[in-house]
Amino acid sequence: MNWLTNVVRPKIRNILRRDTPENLWIKCPDTGQLVFYKDVEQNQFVIPGSNYHMRMGATARLKSLFDHETWFDVALPEVTADPLKFRDERRYVDRIKDARTKTGAHDAIRVGYGKLEGAGVVAAVQDFDFMGGSLGMAAGEAIVRGLELAVEKQSPFIMFAASGGARMQEGILSLMQMPRTTVGVQMLREAKQPYIVVLTNPTTGGVTASYAMLGDVQIAEPGALIGFAGARVIEQTIREKLPEGFQRAEYLKDHGMIDMVVHRHDLRATLARLCRILTKAPAAEIIAAAPAEPAPEPVVEPVEVIPPTPETVVAPAAPQA
Amino acid sequence: MSDHIRSYLDFEKPVAELDSKIDELRALAASGSDIGEEISRIEEKAGQALHDLYATLTPWQKTQVARHPQRPHCLDYIEGLIAEFTPLAGDRKFGEDEALVGGFGRFRGESICVIGQEKGASTESRLKHNFGMARPEGYRKAVRLMELADRFGIPVLSLVDTAGAYPGIGAEERGQAEAIARSTDACLSLGVPNVAVIIGEGGSGGAIAIATASRVLMLEHAIYSVISPEAASSILWRDAAKAQEAATSMKITAQDLARFGVIDSILKEPVGGAHRDPSAMIAATGEAVAQAIGELSGLDADAIRKQRRQKFLDIGRKLA
Repeated sequence: MNWLTNVVRPKIRNILRRDTPENLWIKCPDTGQLVFYKDVEQNQFVIPGSNYHMRMGATARLKSLFDHETWFDVALPEVTADPLKFRDERRYVDRIKDARTKTGAHDAIRVGYGKLEGAGVVAAVQDFDFMGGSLGMAAGEAIVRGLELAVEKQSPFIMFAASGGARMQEGILSLMQMPRTTVGVQMLREAKQPYIVVLTNPTTGGVTASYAMLGDVQIAEPGALIGFAGARVIEQTIREKLPEGFQRAEYLKDHGMIDMVVHRHDLRATLARLCRILTKAPAAEIIAAAPAEPAPEPVVEPVEVIPPTPETVVAPAAPQA
Repeated sequence: MSDHIRSYLDFEKPVAELDSKIDELRALAASGSDIGEEISRIEEKAGQALHDLYATLTPWQKTQVARHPQRPHCLDYIEGLIAEFTPLAGDRKFGEDEALVGGFGRFRGESICVIGQEKGASTESRLKHNFGMARPEGYRKAVRLMELADRFGIPVLSLVDTAGAYPGIGAEERGQAEAIARSTDACLSLGVPNVAVIIGEGGSGGAIAIATASRVLMLEHAIYSVISPEAASSILWRDAAKAQEAATSMKITAQDLARFGVIDSILKEPVGGAHRDPSAMIAATGEAVAQAIGELSGLDADAIRKQRRQKFLDIGRKLA
């Protein structure tokens, strides 16, 4: 079975020039300062100055992780669409269709296989822009498949989690993704490969109550909201105000629930170091001393078209000569 | 249960009227009137009405039956089925959580580990058991007991009845999500058979934490859902009044779940629901649990783990 589909290589961006957006500036959600979008994008979607970590789309995330910004996209299984024939105010199939048009993705999780400082890793990214990164059958299968691939490749698995929780429109079948993904985590554990979770803003609900809290090492990005129950539900239950910083990454670290809070700029190096140490690979300097693999040639034709996600809607095309 | 004042759900009004008529006639009969025939005629009618009503319960009506205060709860099943029950307390990390009860005892002569959420039957006991909503300590206790059971080769029975895990500041600070995840993980690691019975409400993550079992049984009028109909209504419909519609759309009944392959079998309830004849329900549950454990008894630890994992991996892969 060939799970690896197209190789994703760096693009010469101006070949596929996006429309110039009207809005070149964005407002920092934390401080309210106006910043030039391009500066934010070039800064891994961290607002310069305030260090606010904005959400990062799956493509940007994988680019920021893998060597030479190059990886194989992992083919993900098709699942039964709309098992409940669900509709609330709208039909679920219509919501899915909209999310696909909006994000260009098939569902909330994308899985890549590539090199991280020379060593193979499988990484899964949960895209909050796709129906709140919700965990449905497609996302569950994607995680299971990613973990199976990591077992097959004898490589670590890195999970970038971001989710509002279960996909309610899939009812009990979304709940079943909690044990299903846990089976995947157990298979990796038995293969003695590291499972590293990066909790990004926000990660809540059934996602935290399954694979996102079962990492061998738990990392969170600064300021990320992480929790089981929603703040509103808790306030309604206990009828009191929540403490300052409640359910934020730093608060979880103080309460012993995660190992570290890592700035996005330091994330790649941290992940690479952890993978090397836990897999007993040689230190970075030794790897660096070995003859390096040549970087793959950038292809001129983009191998795929990623329509702008809401956060990147304001993105101008990179003005490359 | 017969000591309790019988309480009727809204939709049971026709039955309630017939029952009160029977009571009146009985009082008359006691004072000497010869109306035995009339009484048995109305009794038959009331029985038929109850039967018809419960044969066609809507998902929202089932939700009410599943939450009926007189429905047999976890401790009723333990009392009815488990001899020498010895409750064990505490997670050895922070505290004791009585929302999730657990311990060891004998089921039909053989050792068994039992864990389950207890909702409580009186105001006092409801408070004591936090209405069956467990905190992280409850799930960590469950993990501790499952690991003990595994070490001693003792099967595990989970009795699932919770609106969900408790949402509170302390619960979050002490890692409610992690506790649930580890409990599900522990269920999947067991080299002994585990059987889960959804006896009332299977509320989301708080339920799956102990319901990830080799065999999952569900009572005929129990519900099992990723989110309560009320919460789904206010989130998806943005209207708290749409709970009935949500209950239907979310497909939360045993009949729906059997069709999806999420549960293995449905346990028939007495006419009028488990609360009308708790001892019959508890006995029937005992039969089904014994059968489920029996089916798995010949397997070694690896085969048991493999079967459970494969069963969950298969869920959703063969939907029509």
